[in-house]
Amino acid sequence: MKIPAELKYSSDHEWVKVEGNKATIGITDFAQDQLGDVVFVEVPEVDAELTATEGLGTIESVKAVSDVYSPVSGKVIEVNEQLEDAPQLINEDAYGKGWICVVELSNPAEINDLLNAEAYEKLLLEEA
Amino acid sequence: MILEKQPLIFELGKPGRKAVDLPKLDVPEADNLVPVKYARTQKAALPELSQLELMRHYTQLSNRNFGVDTGFYPLGSCTMKYNPKINEDISRYPGLSLLHPLQATETVQGALEILYKCEQALAEISGMKAVTMQPAAGAHGELTGLKLIRAYHRDRNDLARTKVIVPDSAHGTNPASAAVCGMEAVEIKSEADGSIDLAALKAAVGPDTAALMLTNPSTLGLFENKIEAIAKIVHDAGGLLYYDGANSNAIMGIVRPGDMGFDVVHLNLHKTFSTPHGGGGPGSGPVGVKEDLVKFLPNPRVQCNAGVYSWITSEKSIGKMQAFHGNFGIIIRAYAYILSMGGEGLRRSSEDAVLNANYCKKMLEEAYDSPFDRFCMHECVLTSLKQKPYGIHTLDIAKRLLDYGYHPPTIYFPLIVEEAIMIEPTESESKETLDGFIDAMKKIAEEAATTPELVHNAPHNTIVSRLDETLAARNPVVKWEAQ
Amino acid sequence: MTWSYLPHTVEDRAEMLAAIGVKDSMDLYADVPDSIRLQRPLALGEPLSESEVAGYFQKLAAANANLQEYACFLGAGAYDHFIPSTVAHVLGRSEFYTAYTQYQPEISQGYLQALWEYQSMICEITGMSVANASLYDGATAMAEAALLSCHVTRRNEIVIARSVHPNYRTVLSTYAKDFGFVVKEVDYTDGVTALDALAKVISKNTGAVIIQNPNFFGSLEDLSELIAKTHEVGALFTAVSDPTALGILEAPGKYGADIVVGEGQPLGLAINFGGPYLGFMASTKKLMRKLPGRIIGETVDKNGKRGFVLTLQAREQHIRRDKATSNICSNEALCALAATVYLATVGKEGYTEIASQCLQKAHYAQQALAAKGLKRTFTTPFFQEFVIKLSGNIAEINKKLLAQGIIGGLDLGQYYPELAGNMLLCVTENRTKEQIDTLVAGLGAQA
Repeated sequence: MKIPAELKYSSDHEWVKVEGNKATIGITDFAQDQLGDVVFVEVPEVDAELTATEGLGTIESVKAVSDVYSPVSGKVIEVNEQLEDAPQLINEDAYGKGWICVVELSNPAEINDLLNAEAYEKLLLEEA
Repeated sequence: MILEKQPLIFELGKPGRKAVDLPKLDVPEADNLVPVKYARTQKAALPELSQLELMRHYTQLSNRNFGVDTGFYPLGSCTMKYNPKINEDISRYPGLSLLHPLQATETVQGALEILYKCEQALAEISGMKAVTMQPAAGAHGELTGLKLIRAYHRDRNDLARTKVIVPDSAHGTNPASAAVCGMEAVEIKSEADGSIDLAALKAAVGPDTAALMLTNPSTLGLFENKIEAIAKIVHDAGGLLYYDGANSNAIMGIVRPGDMGFDVVHLNLHKTFSTPHGGGGPGSGPVGVKEDLVKFLPNPRVQCNAGVYSWITSEKSIGKMQAFHGNFGIIIRAYAYILSMGGEGLRRSSEDAVLNANYCKKMLEEAYDSPFDRFCMHECVLTSLKQKPYGIHTLDIAKRLLDYGYHPPTIYFPLIVEEAIMIEPTESESKETLDGFIDAMKKIAEEAATTPELVHNAPHNTIVSRLDETLAARNPVVKWEAQ
Repeated sequence: MTWSYLPHTVEDRAEMLAAIGVKDSMDLYADVPDSIRLQRPLALGEPLSESEVAGYFQKLAAANANLQEYACFLGAGAYDHFIPSTVAHVLGRSEFYTAYTQYQPEISQGYLQALWEYQSMICEITGMSVANASLYDGATAMAEAALLSCHVTRRNEIVIARSVHPNYRTVLSTYAKDFGFVVKEVDYTDGVTALDALAKVISKNTGAVIIQNPNFFGSLEDLSELIAKTHEVGALFTAVSDPTALGILEAPGKYGADIVVGEGQPLGLAINFGGPYLGFMASTKKLMRKLPGRIIGETVDKNGKRGFVLTLQAREQHIRRDKATSNICSNEALCALAATVYLATVGKEGYTEIASQCLQKAHYAQQALAAKGLKRTFTTPFFQEFVIKLSGNIAEINKKLLAQGIIGGLDLGQYYPELAGNMLLCVTENRTKEQIDTLVAGLGAQA
């Protein structure tokens, strides 16, 4: 299970990549593996205001559906439109081409509440 | 003969053909009756084929389908019992099928009598005061029942009661119905045997409890023997008890939901009362209630005064759940079934259904893991855990059963049992049929151990092999595209 | 006592009980407490034989005035149309009607393909991109459309025309109330919904706008304008369509409707005293993953062969459970099959012809009544139903018509107090000139 060291993680299995006041959000390799073949991703709309720990969209596999929670608060400035035609990107490259959206942080301090790679790995071990 | 390939109806025929001869217009034709801006600009691209082409097409399609009349259909929780033929005939009598729902009551006394008497019979079977025949299906009945419960609490100005307690073993429709009724489903964990954990229930109930929804026998096919204590806990907290009647086929004439303490109950006429499932409908899900809730039932209901039937409405009614009076054509079939069986026959049916399920359970207990060491009701739950070491899962076993000519049991439900296989034989099946099925199941257990690939790649004898569901959901092709 | 539906002999039962290891079948009910058991037989009478059951229902059937014996001019949401013989023959195949939902696609390809063909035909006639495999009836389909619209737009107001079927509006308020959605009505002018009347009621809070066309009075609404106005406030538009009328009326999809629903009973289903009927529902591609009910999709098997499966199941209650926005589980598959066979049978030309004959005959009747001094209440164009003003008591008038073999129209006063004394008449292609002339003579005597 891949857990890149440079990312931050939520306990709901989302990852966040922070660059300045922008954060890219996706779901972790563990999360995509649990879901199985992803068939549809509902991404938020550009300009939507997200609140940390509230839903930002859903991911559907053939026989399951899962809410994606926003790990941070802020305004959506970009969404991954490729997911509309190629939801499998989430399975194939969860930390890369499978990104979901980019948010302009409204409360950068929230980043400190997220898990680092080590803590997230520990969480996975505990859940297993 | 089943053809290897069957074209789409749109791929058959050619322009200029037709499958029925319509009469000529017998009144003088007028022009421009529809303003141009409202008129259709392009004809719908419907098929053009001869009547024989059409009949062959749908006959071929029917050959690619499996029903109760085709073979054994032990689909748990669905009660795939035999659908008596006379009931089909009766439902098509012109005097019953060619009636307009808004005809004057004096012209439909026979139809009203059927609705009225079927209601009476279902009230007797379920131990309820009155029954609405409007809901079109079980889930529709659930929605109706929860609306009745909301109306009851609202009428008492007890507005805080918005939570519906649902065990984690429940049918998916239960929490969904609560949500669609604007209430919050509170899931409580069941005991390992699927029964209610009384401590968890006590902790969950309170002044916000609207109702507990329960299936009894449970979705694991086991009778909840603590039902009286459960009813007391919920009633003491001011909540009502809702009975999901999906599993009523086990208990007719033996024990009634009303006597168990339930306040609202839905019955599935397409399960318990032998009406055909139709490939997923039309069904019928009448809802029975105790005295206190009668005034909230959907409008209108049939009343009988000195042998004359008429409609009555109630001001406190929740409204309507369908445009008209429910699935009358299905209600006719169910009532014909009840009359054919009589009280004694219904009881015998339930006893035989329970006997058949226990027989299957007993005979398969060695070959398959049987998680519950109790007598089951009308269905039994096994698992594929004994086959797991060979890499064989429940889905594989189900698909292999297709090769043996059986419809598989319900699989992966209830959710709280890992790799569940839920078998509901119904009372319609003979001992020989059950023995044949049991042999096939044992053979598959053997194959799982000796030739797992054979099971894993099943089915081998069907018109198509396993289908790519991921492709279907990723790139949905949900209609034909005209060229 | 034995029953033909129960196969076990006394010996069978004994053998099976012995195999289980109990003496009596009641031993299997050990979990049922004595205190709640029914201590008497069910009071349902003695079992009846097949011929006795048939005889009983024949007697009840004879107590009704059926539409084979009476010429029906009553419509109002349930219609007496011609049903081709092919429909009953396909529906009578027990491979179809004794099956359940297509959980095992390998042995359900026949039904799955037929339902996929159904979805295709519904899309064709409505001009939409996707249709589900059916809902309960037109009224519940409309209510589901309203809930869907509010969920998608995250708004809580539903605006519906008063010219929509009154029973449909009652079902809608029954469905919407517990969600806390507000239902607002738009009154009619000359039998249709005026654009400025709609404009006054809708706002940024409106999630759903619902218009029926032809509406309850049979009149034609200006969908194109009403849809444009609806979209100005960002609400979703639901058209409630009569599938027969779509043979000659523009497909709502062409006007930009977001959802099209309706009652499929006119498509080959017996009028059945109100059910089982067929709620059809179609939408834009954008709403595909929000639609309630089952949807069939095309795919391939392991060998690349075309096949069909239940798809987009992540929308459904058994997966979403308490997050579901509809609790619908089963549908009206057999009724959808009937509609499929009906549409394939009447075909491309017949579908138009039937709609055209309804239109012509209804107008012939209306003109003939007008000539007798019975004027239409509204002046707007209509399809197969229209409203006339009568001077006498409608129930009494209908009694007289019944004696002449005619089931007369609907008394609108019970639904619209302001229309007391008005009758809604329906003339389908199934009415002959002779029957229409009898009706005209009968009603003309009232003028």
